[in-house]
Amino acid sequence: MKHQTNATGKRHPQPTSWSAMSKSAYVVLFALLTVVSSQIVAAESASLLSVDINVRDTAALQRGVRTFNDYCLGCHGADYMRYKRIASDLNINEGQIEARLLPPGREMTDALKSSLQPEAAKQLFGAVPPNLSLSARARGADWLYTYMLTFYRDDSTASGWNNLTFPNAAMPHAMWDLQGVQELAQHAESTTATDTQAHGHADITAGLKLIEPGLQSPEDYRRTVKDLVTFMVYLSEPAQLQRSAMGPWVLLFLVLFTLLAWILKREYWRDVH
Amino acid sequence: MATPANSMRSTASKVGYWVDQRLPISSLWRDHMSHYYAAKNFNFWYYFGSLSLLALVIQLVSGIFLTMFYKPDAAEAFASVEYIMRDVPFGWLIRYIHSTGASAFFLVVYLHMFRAMLYGSYRTPRELIWIFGMLIYLVLMAEAFLGYVLPWGQMSYWGAQVIISLFGAIPDLGFISGDALVEWIRGDFSVSDATLNRFFALHVVALPLSLLMLVLLHITALHQVGSNNPDGIEIKNNKDATGKPVDGIAFHPYYTVKDLFGVGVFLILFAFIIFFAPDGGGLLLEHDNFVPANPLVTPAHIKPVWYFTPFFAILKAVPDKLGGVIVMGAAVMVLFFLPWLDRSPVKSIRYKGWLSKLALGLFVISFIRLGMLGMGQGTPAQLLESQVWTIVYFAYFISLLIIPRFESTKPVPDRVTSSH
Repeated sequence: MKHQTNATGKRHPQPTSWSAMSKSAYVVLFALLTVVSSQIVAAESASLLSVDINVRDTAALQRGVRTFNDYCLGCHGADYMRYKRIASDLNINEGQIEARLLPPGREMTDALKSSLQPEAAKQLFGAVPPNLSLSARARGADWLYTYMLTFYRDDSTASGWNNLTFPNAAMPHAMWDLQGVQELAQHAESTTATDTQAHGHADITAGLKLIEPGLQSPEDYRRTVKDLVTFMVYLSEPAQLQRSAMGPWVLLFLVLFTLLAWILKREYWRDVH
Repeated sequence: MATPANSMRSTASKVGYWVDQRLPISSLWRDHMSHYYAAKNFNFWYYFGSLSLLALVIQLVSGIFLTMFYKPDAAEAFASVEYIMRDVPFGWLIRYIHSTGASAFFLVVYLHMFRAMLYGSYRTPRELIWIFGMLIYLVLMAEAFLGYVLPWGQMSYWGAQVIISLFGAIPDLGFISGDALVEWIRGDFSVSDATLNRFFALHVVALPLSLLMLVLLHITALHQVGSNNPDGIEIKNNKDATGKPVDGIAFHPYYTVKDLFGVGVFLILFAFIIFFAPDGGGLLLEHDNFVPANPLVTPAHIKPVWYFTPFFAILKAVPDKLGGVIVMGAAVMVLFFLPWLDRSPVKSIRYKGWLSKLALGLFVISFIRLGMLGMGQGTPAQLLESQVWTIVYFAYFISLLIIPRFESTKPVPDRVTSSH
């Protein structure tokens, strides 16, 4: 520790300990903030299945957009997304989009609008199916993934379907032909999201039993849903592809800039004692 | 100054001279940059003043570009933000700069304010600097709240609903009542298109103008008396023969290059958030705000963004609505009085006793803990804990009055300790 003599000639230690203390305090505060943010996120998704999404997997995105087109777009729109953007981001040529995805009479620059009119939707489901453009940002990938796996037969609802992730949702199971028909397992009548949470690692889908197989095996169906969710994550923020591609270069530039600034500072401060 | 070597230079200097006779550019530069002396021992905490200014500029510039595409119309606002995010070239970047910039602004301002508390920078003769700073903070809070309403998502809408309704806690006083005030602020019987329009006007014109004027006052007042330093010593009391403070160094180039380094580090962290975690796990951009405003559906959990949650926790900690509003208001307003509450004979925490350090430490913990509790669902346990930390928060200001009565301080040196 350095010492310094003041005017009265009394020596006293230079208080370096405080600045060291404040530095560590700062680190602790930052850590606490990080902890609380992760706790909040964890609390929301504790009962959901977790799915690992890679939006850079173009093949998965291409499979996902087909499923989205075939099973979602009949009722839902993705009004903020244009066909042209999908073609360029997903590496699909525009001819293929026109042949496979584009409804007759629509342009490549049009948005992915539902063909179902709002009035007709109200009559069919009692509600207008929401715009899915931002669902993945609002609900999260885990929620969407779990939701598409937890539909079950329920004769007490208007649609004949119910969902463990979103009880009494107005939406019927759109992909039942792929998954097959599930019903609540007898022993788990009361299985809900909170129960699964209480039982720790118990899977929310354990409360459901496949009573009628679909076109896909359970494993294939999960992969189909995962691809669909991958597309929906992309759909919620198409710019994320550019964002993550640009990011490293921007950071590299800033690191070099900061290094230069530090050298400049050191040079100027040479004569400060 | 060397004699102009060629006619080009001489023309340039003639123009310079002509302008300078009419506009005090060189004397302003001299007084505020090249001959403005600041203590040579500024540490980590002294980066946040210039960074606050940078955050303001970032918000102003990115805001101008957003205004070119955003539509302040309840029917179009949400979609126009998505248009910026998807169809405007680099719109996503501008929008993330602005949304991340709001949080960054508060972070650096909070650290800047903490520095003042750490080293007694609000004390004589710097009370006005502190007052202007607090006014900046108040306007900044209003600015952030108004800006958060503009994307017109669920959290925008319901956040506005909750915050405006706080004014409804004011009882009917005859000439004014809470309900009338709420209606006047909203411009309608509920939060609506009229509210969005006026919030936009205030957010892009009125409050940014106020901020700029207050920042000018803040810096002018600072340069009148000079910056404090980590030792809380007046460097002007110790000048050399030329009148330059012996512990002072010129702001330019010493602190301009040092702050440039700070800017670099700040931008690295800022860019990291923008490019790799723009929603900050729901902390910076809330999940519910990706759902368009819907007056018929109340979100399960309405909470403000992180920079307001300490005060939100205090609001909820008080069981009575009017009482909560008053205590929350007091939690902000009490900061204005810091220059007169702090009775210690020394400015800097370095020369205060351990009790003062403990008090400031507890204050910081109470603020952060309240911030966390303000994000919670408001369970009885969380409310109880919020009440405890609210008491700790206010106790700090009382401790500033009381601790100096018996605490012995360390002798303050005549010269600043350790340089950079």
